[in-house]
Amino acid sequence: MSMTTLKTQDSMTTSAVKTTTALATPTTLTLAKSITAALRQSMLDDPKVVLLGEDIGALGGVFRVTDGLLAEFGANRVIDTPLAESAIIGTAVGLAYRGYRPVCEIQFDGFIYPGFDQIVSQVAKLHYRTQGAVKMPITIRVPFGGGIGAAEHHSESPEAYFTHTSGLRVISVSNPQDAYSMLRQAISLDDPVLYFEPKRRYHVKGEVSPVLGESMEKAVIVAPGTDVTLVTYGPLVPTARDAALAAADEGVSVEVIDLRSLAPVDYATVEASVRKTGRLVVTHEAVRSGGIGGEIIASITERCFNYLEAAPVRVTGWDIPYPPAKLESHHLPDLDRMLAGVDRVMGR
Amino acid sequence: MVDYDPWVADVTGEQLAAMYEDMIVVRRIDTEATALQRQGELGLWPPLLGQEAAQIGSARSLRSDDFVFSSYRENAVAYCRGVDYTDILRVWRGSAQSGWNPFEIGMATPAIIIGAQTLHATGWAMGAKFDGSDSAAITYFGDGATSEGDVNEAMVFAASFQVPVIFFCQNNQWAISEPVALQAHRNIADRAPGFGIPSIRVDGNDVLAVMAATRIALDRARNGGGPTFIEAVTYRMGPHTTADDPTKYRETAELEAWKAKDPILRLQRLLDSMGLFTPELEAKTQAKADAVAAELRAGCIGMPDPAPLTVFDHVYSTPNATLDGQRAEYADYLASFDAADGSSS
Repeated sequence: MSMTTLKTQDSMTTSAVKTTTALATPTTLTLAKSITAALRQSMLDDPKVVLLGEDIGALGGVFRVTDGLLAEFGANRVIDTPLAESAIIGTAVGLAYRGYRPVCEIQFDGFIYPGFDQIVSQVAKLHYRTQGAVKMPITIRVPFGGGIGAAEHHSESPEAYFTHTSGLRVISVSNPQDAYSMLRQAISLDDPVLYFEPKRRYHVKGEVSPVLGESMEKAVIVAPGTDVTLVTYGPLVPTARDAALAAADEGVSVEVIDLRSLAPVDYATVEASVRKTGRLVVTHEAVRSGGIGGEIIASITERCFNYLEAAPVRVTGWDIPYPPAKLESHHLPDLDRMLAGVDRVMGR
Repeated sequence: MVDYDPWVADVTGEQLAAMYEDMIVVRRIDTEATALQRQGELGLWPPLLGQEAAQIGSARSLRSDDFVFSSYRENAVAYCRGVDYTDILRVWRGSAQSGWNPFEIGMATPAIIIGAQTLHATGWAMGAKFDGSDSAAITYFGDGATSEGDVNEAMVFAASFQVPVIFFCQNNQWAISEPVALQAHRNIADRAPGFGIPSIRVDGNDVLAVMAATRIALDRARNGGGPTFIEAVTYRMGPHTTADDPTKYRETAELEAWKAKDPILRLQRLLDSMGLFTPELEAKTQAKADAVAAELRAGCIGMPDPAPLTVFDHVYSTPNATLDGQRAEYADYLASFDAADGSSS
């Protein structure tokens, strides 16, 4: 049997040939449009980047994130799929085998579960299973989180299911620049990435430069402080910054860390902050038990227990299914609950 | 009614004899692997006993640039693709989770999750179509898998995008202990037309019939005609795996009836009728089978255990700080034993 006609993933991955730039200079964009710009630039740079998802073609996605891309790149690269999440992920696996670099859109957080097996059993494990022979350069975009008054299954925070799965990288963005830069990094990475988009922040505007910026695995201090370390990610970053401002009025200096990467966590940055402040609060929308907050607190406690002045605190969604819209304000951590958490670690 | 004969009219006596050798050799691999499992050299083995014609008739129809996405029972397909014999055992000895590099033989690492690979084949075929290639994907699965959502989703996608993929269902009558009647109220092949996919129900124990059906499907795939579903009706003469006990759930009479339809006997009779089943062929084939078995046994027993710290290898293709920390932690732990007993590592 002749092997000469066989193609590997590597030989089919086209090296970046930049023809056009989606963003020439710094531009003010919404978070949603900065994702569009990142997708567009990635598709211009690499003809093997293809998009798969429900309603991503003519409609441009239910959040219009892929608006205009079908017209520009055609139906072989912006693929409106039948309504089957397992198949969206499973066919992306096959496309990756063939040398493609698929970007899957899961329409809403709560719709990801039919695709869970393909993500956990195939996407996450194929590189390990094949001892590095088969790469899975798949990015899975997931609009997540609540606060938009939606029906059930449209407001969930399922990230911990994926941070618990070895083989995946999990990131979450909080601002337009990160949304652009981190998505471009995710798409160009040879490993699978779950990219969680804070849907209630889609309309936040900011200046976006066409740069890859800081590594997506690096946590960033978004507000410096000396008394309390407040760790968060995604949609709660703006809330945590507001909480830090409010705490400052009461004489408490809060350092806010945007994790950006949930797997792996940049523990070095969190640890350095906690060694300085001695107090740790972690906040996320996801339910508390088995969540990322518990994992961070355990890891930081292992690393620098002697530096802690108080028991760390979690300010999270309750251990409940996502509640009806009229009750979601009682579930989602807000500025006041974050401040109550700060008070607890301050012993006030 | 399709006339299948023209599709295999070119098959020579020599090629028939070669497929006879394939079937004898893979059955010998099965026997040897089962023995190795009983002797504690393999953790588990899934015999394909009785399904040789279905696997060899289809696999011998493929080109090297086609791609196979199989389940764990397609060891005869792997053999036809050119896998080293020892590599077939690697997974079952517990030395690795894949036996070969998929790109070297055009065959993905077999899926253990039932039906998952049908979506991978469909995605690969989407890529082949986008590339303007005339290569085809073929995915192997059993009757049990046809109840899985993934197989049905794969057929929806394959039909919608009209991609070059062959759904090759080996209906071997049993999904561990569950009879096919539990999975399908009608013939499995009848389902595909509902998805808009033409289907063929073929005698899976007739290697030439299987080859004809596969060639029809490949011809359609290569010429832009989209997917085809093949139901190869066959029988799992052995247990599901070496951990199974079929006497708990099926009658001996059923097995005896299927033994009379043994695919190797069928081809032997055809060769005999053509005057090609000679003592020389029999001796040559047996010698090859014995040599393969000996190589297989030696390769299995000689397979080294992987080094402890390789447990961390290839989780990611790029460095990962958390995992690197755990690797260092475990390396230190292992080294502490060397320090304690005074030996050097």
